[in-house]
Amino acid sequence: MAAKPKLYYFDGRGRMEPIRWLLAAAGVEFEEEFLETSKDLEKLRNDGSLMFQQVPMVEIDGMKLVQCRAILNYIAAKYNLYGKDIKERALIDMYVEGVADLNEMYLFWSISPPNEQAAKMTQMKDKIANRYLPAFEKVLKSHGQDYLVGNRLSRADIHLVELLYLVEELDPSLLANFPLLKALKARISNLPTVKKFLQPGSPRKPPMDEKCLAKVKEIFQLK
Amino acid sequence: MAAKPKLHYPNGRGRMESVRWVLAAAGVEFDEEFLETKDQLQKLQDGNHLLFQQVPMVEIDGMKLVQTRSILHYIADKHHLFGKDLKERTLIDMYVEGTLDLLELIIMHPFLKPDDQQKEVVNMAQKAIIRYFPVFEKVLRDHGQRFLVGNQLSLADIILLQTILALEEKIPNILSAFPHLQEFTVKISNIPTIKKFLEPGSKKKPPPDDIYVRTVYNLFMP
Repeated sequence: MAAKPKLYYFDGRGRMEPIRWLLAAAGVEFEEEFLETSKDLEKLRNDGSLMFQQVPMVEIDGMKLVQCRAILNYIAAKYNLYGKDIKERALIDMYVEGVADLNEMYLFWSISPPNEQAAKMTQMKDKIANRYLPAFEKVLKSHGQDYLVGNRLSRADIHLVELLYLVEELDPSLLANFPLLKALKARISNLPTVKKFLQPGSPRKPPMDEKCLAKVKEIFQLK
Repeated sequence: MAAKPKLHYPNGRGRMESVRWVLAAAGVEFDEEFLETKDQLQKLQDGNHLLFQQVPMVEIDGMKLVQTRSILHYIADKHHLFGKDLKERTLIDMYVEGTLDLLELIIMHPFLKPDDQQKEVVNMAQKAIIRYFPVFEKVLRDHGQRFLVGNQLSLADIILLQTILALEEKIPNILSAFPHLQEFTVKISNIPTIKKFLEPGSKKKPPPDDIYVRTVYNLFMP
């Protein structure tokens, strides 16, 4: 029997959260080893476990995978969440990369100096409301299907719904004009594996708080 | 007969250069429509040709692909540059992602404040020499093969070569401690399609200059 995948990261969302979502949606149980201090990161580096000296790292199927996209691509392919052919994969990739751009903005916002955060949040909300949500609403409208690509569940739906939960945390009113996205969010949330992940006690991580931010800055030696 | 792919981007490297490299390496001829004015970009956006209102965009096989990685993956898949199975594909993915992190520093460099630019060259050199090159040097040394993965040309080789050559433009001796990467650079450069791309008159773009930087600011700044 194969060992469970093991995730190496700090106890928070960061760049690992989409991986937690995807594994959970695929019904895959996993373990986590949390970095608490910079010494923990140092140890992983000295062990030779991190190809480019960075986390996230996921031990899975005898490999020590690094780089979020490589990890996500592997999980999606393994669990048939990557479309049925090269063209579906291209569509999925485009949608997923759009979501990733927004996640990246959020990540940098969360570690930026407090006096810069308000302006950055305004920019982000503008992009959410005027660039990204309209694009995805339009995709759903264009085919009228229950999923973004190929009329079946793919990673694109999971990553987008994760984003929609984040948008809701930032400002629920942002979702107001997007009925199809709201319906997608409800539908995906009702899938048994996702429903379980959304319940308390799951590996899903809460938004970053002061304590977590301080820990992250120490682990990665950020100013 | 299928139309040639068509690339939409300013006339310079930026985020489109990797796409040019991979198409050229795969022996695929392509056309380019250079964005020079804000009006042109606006026209593409208003015509709903850009999923997220951004370039790069590549018209290929009836699709309007955006997002650099989607474009690169599609071309790699189509032209057998992505390994023979999922494990090889995943290795290629990891190597490409690491290399793209390094390439990102090069892409952003011309847009830094002049005072920061020299410092950043030092940072790039350090990252390359301490974090990235040792990984690829070891991979090549350990298996003794010409290519990074699976003994055949892949996206990983192409993106790494692109990055090495771009770094050498700024730091000529950057490979001095890496004999296997030096050999790799020569061997991959000599592949006929890549050799052709490296010759004058190809679609390979020159290093970014003031005109390119100005064009980009005019196009993308609000």
